[in-house]
Amino acid sequence: MRKISAKPPKESETLIRPDLRRIAELIEPNSRVLDLGCGDGSFLAYLEQLKQIRPLGVEIDANMVGECVARGIPVIHGDLNHDLDYLQDQSFDCVLMTRVLQELRHPEVILREVTRIGKRGLVGFINFGHIRNRMQLFFNGKMPFSKTLPYNWYNTPNIHLGTIRDFRDLCDSLNIEIIHSFPIGRSRSYLDVKLPNLLAHACIFEIRDRQQ
Amino acid sequence: MSNGATTENLVIPQDYRFGPGEENALELDCGKKLYDVNIRYETYGKLAPARDNAVLIAHALTGDAHVSGKHSADDRKPGWWDNMVGPGKYIDTDKYFVICSNVIGGCSGSTGPRSVNPATGKLYNLDFPVITIADMVRAQKRLIDHLQITRLLAVVGGSMGGMQALEWSKSYPEMAQGIVAIATTYQLAPQSIAFNWVGSQAIRSDSDFSNGNYAVNPERGLATARMLAHITYLSDESMEQKFGRNLQDADRYSFAFKRDFAVESYLEHQGQRFVERFDANSYLYITRATDYFDLADGGTLAEALKVAKSDFLVVSFSSDWLFTTNQSEALVKALLANNLNCSFCEIESSYGHDAFLLEVDRLGALIRDFLANQRKKFQ
Repeated sequence: MRKISAKPPKESETLIRPDLRRIAELIEPNSRVLDLGCGDGSFLAYLEQLKQIRPLGVEIDANMVGECVARGIPVIHGDLNHDLDYLQDQSFDCVLMTRVLQELRHPEVILREVTRIGKRGLVGFINFGHIRNRMQLFFNGKMPFSKTLPYNWYNTPNIHLGTIRDFRDLCDSLNIEIIHSFPIGRSRSYLDVKLPNLLAHACIFEIRDRQQ
Repeated sequence: MSNGATTENLVIPQDYRFGPGEENALELDCGKKLYDVNIRYETYGKLAPARDNAVLIAHALTGDAHVSGKHSADDRKPGWWDNMVGPGKYIDTDKYFVICSNVIGGCSGSTGPRSVNPATGKLYNLDFPVITIADMVRAQKRLIDHLQITRLLAVVGGSMGGMQALEWSKSYPEMAQGIVAIATTYQLAPQSIAFNWVGSQAIRSDSDFSNGNYAVNPERGLATARMLAHITYLSDESMEQKFGRNLQDADRYSFAFKRDFAVESYLEHQGQRFVERFDANSYLYITRATDYFDLADGGTLAEALKVAKSDFLVVSFSSDWLFTTNQSEALVKALLANNLNCSFCEIESSYGHDAFLLEVDRLGALIRDFLANQRKKFQ
């Protein structure tokens, strides 16, 4: 069985992936940045170089933790399904969680944690409402199978799939404000799609706690 | 190695003696002073001209200054962490100037209860003052000053060595850029204090102990203490794998109280080997120092670590039930609360507490990479 873990981008991939580049643009220079599910730390290292941030990663895979240490990126070996109480309230300017939300046991709990720990959160979300998924389900009557969702329904780390509209509803019920959303198109090549719930494969949400 | 004529470098133990006079004596937490203190130490590699490559290694409960290499070509065994420390190894003595000293209270060259009390001309025995982990670190600081090192690249230690490494970050926050705390804890838990107490009772109730004024080591008590402690260094899984319920010499029970089981034989062997190299009074003093160790000083750990400035690498082992991952995580939480740079890794291992000496490759890679990055940013 595959363990729940981040799917770390390869270093070369990090530098070209438009969604990650878009995230990088949203990071304030010299800020304190936490990456939940940081993989090998290459994205934090990239941000460190580009924006002189002070990074911290959380990662479940011990080998990836080793990669982070080798890069000089401080990292905590931990499971995002467990308590994150070692991370203080509002202790980070920005909390990234770009790849793992759909893999976690309680997405609503971790979203609260993101906005508790960070002044802002940047959360990546796979949009199950994409037109192709809808078509596959409608015409084949079977669960979608695609580049973004390359797993069988019974054997997938993606245990919590939802649509962009579902995500908005959840944030609403958690009293989390969506400051901005950045829909991501096919092969991540265009980022400003219209009708995102139909046409975006994924979306990055910039969020914060309404109370703060 | 088969070739006896290899150019294997031999290491020479050194001594640094200080504090014959009042002003130079070592002040201890108990309020007393220790005079005429000797520190036995070994060094490996060369101090770089920029003095930016000094790594202090702190040994565990029953370790010594001899961390790597051999004293003479005929030595049966190299130092206690030879697979970790040496030329081209994870803590690479071609790159780093490595220092390791025997703790005060010890019995491997540094001043301890079996040293001569300069005030009486006799052995200290139980007149030796009760020392703490902070006292051990205070003595190490004297040695580092003596070596004219103004800032250490890192202090590295496992188990009680990890306690010393953590103490460095609190007692001398400017002195160590990096702290590597392996299989350790920020305070001794009641369970560990309990094990120490039973060990201490075993030694003190040995009829040979004579209130510490023994002529020969009270071996039965000390061996019992060691056997008990040794159990806490293993795990149920590692014992199952290593011994199972195997019988040692026969294929059936003796129906007597002889050593039947392989695990019994192993413990006896460990106890016997231990009494040949370790002093009972030292064991009492050093375990007492760990009992008293509480980095939080009765308050919150986060508060106590406010002074700390170092970068930290904290490593625990999954099957270590003596100093658990939970304890390491509590430490990490306090470090993060102080906005310190901190990395934490739990290494999956079935070896229990002993894993810190056995999981050399996975632990070694973490330490090597941490040190390399500390050196890049050394100031």
